[in-house]
Amino acid sequence: MNAIPAELLRIIIGLVAIAVSVGLIGLVMVWVERKVAGHIQRRPGPYEVGPNGLIQPLCDALKLVGKQLFMPKGADPILFWLAPVLAFLPVLLLFLPLPVGDGLQTLDVNLGLLLILAFSGLAVLSVLLAGWASNNKYGLLGAARGVAQAVAYEIPLLLSVLAVSFVAGSLDLAHVVKLQGTWPWNWNIMTQPLAFLIYIVSALGETNRAPFDLPEAESELTAGFHTEYSGMGFGLFFLAEYANMVVVCSVATALFLGGWHGPVLPGPVWFVLKVSALMLLMVFVRWTYPRVRFDQLLVINWKWLLPLAVANLLLTAFFVKLAQFA
Amino acid sequence: MIKEALNTVSDLWSLMVGLRVTKKYFLDPQVTVRYPWKAVSNIASYKGHLELVSAKAPGKPKCISCGMCALACPSNCLTVVKRKVPKPTPEQAQAEAEAKAKGEKPKDKTPKDPEQFLYDYTLCSLCGTCMENCPVGALAFTGSTYLAGYSREDFHFDLVQVLKNQAGLEGVDASVAPETAESEA
Repeated sequence: MNAIPAELLRIIIGLVAIAVSVGLIGLVMVWVERKVAGHIQRRPGPYEVGPNGLIQPLCDALKLVGKQLFMPKGADPILFWLAPVLAFLPVLLLFLPLPVGDGLQTLDVNLGLLLILAFSGLAVLSVLLAGWASNNKYGLLGAARGVAQAVAYEIPLLLSVLAVSFVAGSLDLAHVVKLQGTWPWNWNIMTQPLAFLIYIVSALGETNRAPFDLPEAESELTAGFHTEYSGMGFGLFFLAEYANMVVVCSVATALFLGGWHGPVLPGPVWFVLKVSALMLLMVFVRWTYPRVRFDQLLVINWKWLLPLAVANLLLTAFFVKLAQFA
Repeated sequence: MIKEALNTVSDLWSLMVGLRVTKKYFLDPQVTVRYPWKAVSNIASYKGHLELVSAKAPGKPKCISCGMCALACPSNCLTVVKRKVPKPTPEQAQAEAEAKAKGEKPKDKTPKDPEQFLYDYTLCSLCGTCMENCPVGALAFTGSTYLAGYSREDFHFDLVQVLKNQAGLEGVDASVAPETAESEA
């Protein structure tokens, strides 16, 4: 009997772990989001189901699963149902190259960063398909916004990531993390603070989080691109949003915050802690700032983030070259 | 150019200020109350449905059945049913006749308080015009916040009956003469 290749086994175990943790993270993040929103508005948030309302998101998920799946008249059935699946599936792929700990990585590829950036672009396609196939004006408007926004914000995101990989000389996330040290002043955020800032802002734009949640702006477009989705169709979009948040926060942790490095505690714990802190920041940002107007959104990107990112990248390249000569 | 750049810096700073505000609120104690288990106590300013103000004797309304409230009500949700003049007992009739014979003015024995004070809460907009127009101040808003019912009829009140029930005179028939009710109280 042929032995199962170790690499395959590793990927299967990793995928199972990823699928489980994405589900769990989704539930926990819904709870955190609602709790933070509640406390910021000085009310308790979910409280009744389970200790401190911890079981509430599980009940909500069960409710979503139990709901009837509707498709509007005149919608394209194939594209309509393809969109939520397409939103969720690449997310699992994005977790593959994330280095949670030293060697604790599902897929150790030297182009991990490229893999993440390439497949995160698929999320835009799902937004577009969902909005287009719904045969709904709000859906279409949301999709149009989503595409314009994602195309715009992907560029500074890429450029800021690129600055870090210039310094590290690698697109391998594990390698970038290895080059950083234990203490905060050994992290890339010290050498690339501007890139970090640009990355965080663009990440908010990429994940359609408030204040850049224009594709699903409730007050203008009912729910934007997922207006017509009920039950798990909506649930998948929802889960994909939180999973995407985890991915961008994990990448930020690996690139800028020293990944699994940290004193005393073991690596994976530090990684999870840093990701959680970033997620909490994103949640706080959502409940602090009002939504920007669409022209403002594009002005922030094209007039500020993009030139700054380009300048940052050029300076980085210049200093990297200088360091080579020195 | 420089001014613009400075503006940008101050704009960015304002974002930090915003985060600080939400952080403060996040840590501040909550101001809401978990309702079914706890209720707020400061609802003195709350306007609930109308009630009749009782006179000195509990269960007996101050109301004099003048009908000004019903007349003033913009929603026509009030109906005041006046009490009929009780038929004089033979002794009373005799006494009255004697008084008349003596040339005294007969005393008006008609009770002023209403037989029924019908109030349709489903129509009431709580404007308070009835209270303003009441010459004796016989109407008031309750602080009854948690009023709920299963049917429309649950909100059709006879305020006289409500007042009696409040005074602990449950089971007292509305048709019973107020004198009896007083003596019982």
